[in-house]
Amino acid sequence: MAVVFDHPKSLLDVSTHFCPGCGHGIVHRLVCEVIDEMGIEGDTIGVVPVGCSVMSYNYFGCDVIEAPHGRAPAVATGVKRVNPDKFVFSYQGDGDLAAIGTAETVHVGTRGENIVVIFINNTTYGMTGGQMAPTTLPGQVTQTTPFGRNVETNGYPIRVCEMMATLSGTALAQRVAIDSVPHIREAKKAIRKGFENQKEKRGLSIIEVLSTCPTNWGLSPEESMEFVKDQMIPYYPLGVYKDVTAEEGKKA
Amino acid sequence: MKGNEALAEAAIRAGCKCFFGYPITPQTELSAYMAKRMEKSGGVFLQAESEIAAINMVLGAASTGVRAMTSSSSPGVSLKAEGISYMAGSDLPAVIINVQRGGPGLGSIQPAQSDYYQATHAMGHGDFHILVYAPCSVQEMVDVVMLAFDKADQYRIPVMILADGLLGQMMEPVTFPEPRTELPDKSDWAACGHGGKREHHVINSLYLDAPLLEAKVQERFKRYAVIEETETDAELYCCGDAEIVVTAYGASARVAKSAVTAARRKGIQAGLFRPKTLWPFPKKELCEATKHAKQILDVEMSMGQMVDDVRLATECRLPVAFFGRTGGVIPTPEEVLAEIEKLAGGAE
Repeated sequence: MAVVFDHPKSLLDVSTHFCPGCGHGIVHRLVCEVIDEMGIEGDTIGVVPVGCSVMSYNYFGCDVIEAPHGRAPAVATGVKRVNPDKFVFSYQGDGDLAAIGTAETVHVGTRGENIVVIFINNTTYGMTGGQMAPTTLPGQVTQTTPFGRNVETNGYPIRVCEMMATLSGTALAQRVAIDSVPHIREAKKAIRKGFENQKEKRGLSIIEVLSTCPTNWGLSPEESMEFVKDQMIPYYPLGVYKDVTAEEGKKA
Repeated sequence: MKGNEALAEAAIRAGCKCFFGYPITPQTELSAYMAKRMEKSGGVFLQAESEIAAINMVLGAASTGVRAMTSSSSPGVSLKAEGISYMAGSDLPAVIINVQRGGPGLGSIQPAQSDYYQATHAMGHGDFHILVYAPCSVQEMVDVVMLAFDKADQYRIPVMILADGLLGQMMEPVTFPEPRTELPDKSDWAACGHGGKREHHVINSLYLDAPLLEAKVQERFKRYAVIEETETDAELYCCGDAEIVVTAYGASARVAKSAVTAARRKGIQAGLFRPKTLWPFPKKELCEATKHAKQILDVEMSMGQMVDDVRLATECRLPVAFFGRTGGVIPTPEEVLAEIEKLAGGAE
């Protein structure tokens, strides 16, 4: 009988610390499936953030560096510049990437660093217990916005892909989600495209994944998927915000 | 050659494969030199978006086993503190240069030595040390760069060269060592892709299990103990019979040396103790230098920071006077001589 679904080889066979219904497990799996399909585990170096995925060095089978908070893109730059033939990706949450690490994120785009950034947007600081993130939706209740995010005092959520798409060095800026099987398939395709871009030295690929945090949202895993669909996607429309390969196609 | 440029050339010869920096006076010539030379020598030069990014690029590159360096000046080094702590906690070797200027805050762009505490006692959060070298001439800066890279690799720690704006900006003739061809093998820990040939390597400073973190820190402190035992270095000048020993490092030691020479001409039994390593502080060497001393005069381009280590090292057996200029003001040999004479007069 043919095996059609198996544990990815580059995802270590250990239990994760992620909560039930958390999207990290799905995205970890997608990244590792892509690494397996491309046969690049031995040539890949992952850079993980501070946040819920801080301990992903226990899950990814490739070599992994745990970066200071928000600095994963800078760490990945250092790795890639001295190892231009290796595959380098950073895996970051919203607080890490779009608050404390905004400068590092923007500048890997401006420099067109030939790396892949996997950006998990779940609208909250998960590990510290659910505080307001730069991506927390207007009106959303968190530990530090107990009456809902008031945009007049807390500012507006940041749309990362739209911002990154404006940068000349960005090769791919795409927003995907994990709330349904078709969306998960789309997410995997985007991640694959990111790693292919790196192989072809096209510049920075950022894949924003709208993900879940049932624990801090106070929702069941199922309700969390509904939250992604009903609340997040309308504010953060899915789609390709920049794709240099499509632009090349058009020119041709 | 200019001090800052000499540091850069020496780093390339030491096998430094990448330099990540951010512009700041008075160390800019170092970056500019790297920008010119690094790519030609097959390395990487990158101007980062911030000091924070620069030190983290060093962290990334060092994680893969290559020799990496950054340089900055006082306000910029404060920003690097986070990355240096992470590197210490991840056992990563790297060389960081601080061409000190006046502070606090934006301070001035003139030479100062007011980052001694930071470099030797508080270069980031957590329980850790970094090796700190304090050269006092352009030639010594060249020599110490080679040493700094070797020691960083040997002990797997970040190493700092604590220079100042005077040393960085001044010009002196130098001789460079031959470029390093053989570099240490780091394949047993570096995260540079396992190639399917080994277990994955993880570079990390997080240990949520308290006893495990304690054990990690304790292991590191065993290495620090070896460093304290074996890596201290100091220059002793006219200390054999010295009754007044002047303690000073870096640029202020040059001034102090002139003052000591002048004092000797006047018949005052003065000597100079110049630590070349600031952490570890050369305690044994200072005890040797002050064997016949009745008094110590500590001279710094600060309000008095190393003076604490001088008192600790001598266990307060001797009175320690202090003379310092700060904020970018450089003491003159005449000023220091006057202080020596004051002490000599008081002793009589």
